[in-house]
Amino acid sequence: MQIIVNGEQRDVADGLTAAQLVDDMDITGKRIAMEVNLEIVPRSSYAEHTFNAGDKVEIVHAVGGG
Amino acid sequence: MTDTIQDTPLVIAGKTYSSRLLVGSGKYKDNEETRLATEASGAEIITVAVRRSNIGQKPDEPNLLDAIPPEKYTILPNTAGCYTAEEAVRTCRLARELLDGHNLVKLEVLADEKTLYPDVIQTLKAAETLVKEGFEVMVYTTDDLTIAKELEAIGCVAVMPLAAPIGSGLGVQNPYGIKFIIEELKVPVLIDAGVGTASDAAFAMELGCDGVLMNSAIAAAKNPVLMASAMKKAIEAGREAYLAGRMPRKRYASASSPIDGTFF
Repeated sequence: MQIIVNGEQRDVADGLTAAQLVDDMDITGKRIAMEVNLEIVPRSSYAEHTFNAGDKVEIVHAVGGG
Repeated sequence: MTDTIQDTPLVIAGKTYSSRLLVGSGKYKDNEETRLATEASGAEIITVAVRRSNIGQKPDEPNLLDAIPPEKYTILPNTAGCYTAEEAVRTCRLARELLDGHNLVKLEVLADEKTLYPDVIQTLKAAETLVKEGFEVMVYTTDDLTIAKELEAIGCVAVMPLAAPIGSGLGVQNPYGIKFIIEELKVPVLIDAGVGTASDAAFAMELGCDGVLMNSAIAAAKNPVLMASAMKKAIEAGREAYLAGRMPRKRYASASSPIDGTFF
């Protein structure tokens, strides 16, 4: 199925979990935050959260800013 | 402080800070420079921005929060780059998740790319939502007293008028307007943005504001670590001068040495 991660189309397995996506992106254990369709997905529920086709996922982290 | 007048500490959202200088973490050469400048500034509250992960970066790229660890500093996530209340609220929710439930945020909603001037209408809307959702909002705004009072009434924990446009380094452009805000508000009033050098920071503090938030003035200096140290001193000097109370201005000279006892 297709989901959109940080603005880019991504072909993923059906029933992919948030934890698996984070692992695929090589950012497991990093200090990040995730939003799916404008709703926050807490880090504690990455293992259980499964994506649906068309989900809009944003994964963010802290960068330098004023 | 040497003696006589005891300063009251800066308290934001119930937490006491000994430094009245708040710094940003943007525009530095690398994380090491960020770390050194932040340390030299003596600042305890450090702003960060929230951006997409894994876009144009290597997975092993060092994390900013290793240079400015949240265990050591109060991290203040900002909503820089947001042009609507909705974008700003989304950013704050993500920031809270990012920082394990930490509620303190710097709200800024911009109106225009050229001036980065605050959009006060969107700022008011976002502030209302954020306060309702339990955020402690330090808000970047214009030097307009009416808006500043409204932001305080909404429940913002600090009101932060600009000295001059973000990154301009022009210094305090409307000292009388800033003074109105300082006099009328009960929550801390901090200058946010527009400071260029140490004298600008001292001047801001001499007006009586509770603190100054700056980024470019330090990060864009030729020697950011040295400028961070200069800013630390300027903030302290300006604060002490404010507490000491400056001498009145006069149009003509007034001799410092006695007139009596001259022998010529």
